[in-house]
Amino acid sequence: MSHVGTDRVKRGMAEMQKGGVIMDVVNAEQAKIAEEAGAVAVMALERVPADIRAAGGVARMADPTIVEEVMNAVSIPVMAKARIGHIVEARVLESMGVDYIDESEVLTPADEVFHINKREYTVPFVCGCRNLGEAVRRIGEGSSMLRTKGEPGTGNIVEAVRHMREVQKQIKEVTNMAEDELMVYAKENGASYEVLLDIRENGRLPVVNFAAGGIATPADAALMMQLGADGVFVGSGIFKSDQPEKFARSIVEATTHYDDYELIAKLSKGLGTAMPGIEMTTLEEHDRMQDRSE
Amino acid sequence: MSMLTIGVLGLQGAFREHKQSIEACGHEAKIIKRKEELEEIDGLILPGGESTTMRRLIDRYDFFDALRTFGQSGKPIFGTCAGLILLATEIEGNSSAHLQLMDMKVERNAFGRQKESFESKLKVQGVANDFEAVFIRAPYIAEVNEDTEVLATYDGKIVAAQQGQFLAAAFHPELTDDNRLVEYFIELVKQYKLKLAVN
Repeated sequence: MSHVGTDRVKRGMAEMQKGGVIMDVVNAEQAKIAEEAGAVAVMALERVPADIRAAGGVARMADPTIVEEVMNAVSIPVMAKARIGHIVEARVLESMGVDYIDESEVLTPADEVFHINKREYTVPFVCGCRNLGEAVRRIGEGSSMLRTKGEPGTGNIVEAVRHMREVQKQIKEVTNMAEDELMVYAKENGASYEVLLDIRENGRLPVVNFAAGGIATPADAALMMQLGADGVFVGSGIFKSDQPEKFARSIVEATTHYDDYELIAKLSKGLGTAMPGIEMTTLEEHDRMQDRSE
Repeated sequence: MSMLTIGVLGLQGAFREHKQSIEACGHEAKIIKRKEELEEIDGLILPGGESTTMRRLIDRYDFFDALRTFGQSGKPIFGTCAGLILLATEIEGNSSAHLQLMDMKVERNAFGRQKESFESKLKVQGVANDFEAVFIRAPYIAEVNEDTEVLATYDGKIVAAQQGQFLAAAFHPELTDDNRLVEYFIELVKQYKLKLAVN
């Protein structure tokens, strides 16, 4: 008897990505560059977050042609984004054989209240989180992998740092909590008691947690690894830089050797201009993608 | 039993889980990030992860010759999933293979994409009749040499094998609490350590 789509199979897939870099790509050519540079997976998109931000309007699941093109171009896993709560976009991606679905706030949410019930799918999901409550709610819905939300397409690491630190801090709080304090914590944070109990017992989340949203340099990637990320997503950073190949390779190396500062210095030399960043206070409230769901 | 030191190649993938399995078996585990560290260990595990990525990192950190020398010197290596692909002499559809230490031809992503990934109870020769095997975008072994022992098959496909000091599994023992295959490997390391000491 064999079983597909079990928690172990879905979460295990994300475990295999640990210590790696997942790169946003918009066509086969970029996907090959990413694979060649040592990416552990690619995220197939119609537009990278920085361009979604610039274009405005409603951002949706990518054209299946692009996703297919990327799937045919590389042998590493291919992820794709569905709108929050968009059950059909997710089913379409699953039927195409995408390896992981990102139910993502980078796209315009289809449902402002409910996320997808990810337990019902055979394909695993990754979701964004800013704090432990959000992380646990997504795990409760069946997410097999988490990532910080950060603020996508800004090239500014500050929000990803905030979200990673917050989650880590709260894991420590929960781990040190007496069991009888946990139910109130669950209530206050809108988090599943059972999942919190598991976190308290093991001292860590039951799924991997990557960094995402604003990583623009090799040093940014290494910073997130030091703060406890299991790996990193790089969205607009790579293909918005002057030298994508070199940039991609450098980010991969900095992620592996995140505490080797001489190496990171070497990797950071002559990379050309990184993507132009956006300072958070200049973002209008309605332009903050991280606030699109909770 | 004297304490052995087992290394886990720590460039990418599920190396922490393997470290925990080794420690649960009562031995010392060492994450290997630099080739010099290979000198400090008795046996090595190549963990699951992305084989393409691992190979890139192996080349970039000049690990390639060091890993081959390690294996050829008679020290045991256990490859799981991506690690199995790294060990093989031949990869279906690719003109070049990686470490080429174990005589076998492997097929990558042989059971399909992630949605076809599965878990199943498996009979592993000399290890267990009910091993909980988790297959994730797993490869299988399409062909083996006559001196290679087949340890497990699933649906007629070879999913675990051993040739001398080399052990390979297409599934992920590190994702379960079942340490029996790692114990089997540690036993192998012990045997070869005695053998190397005698020579």
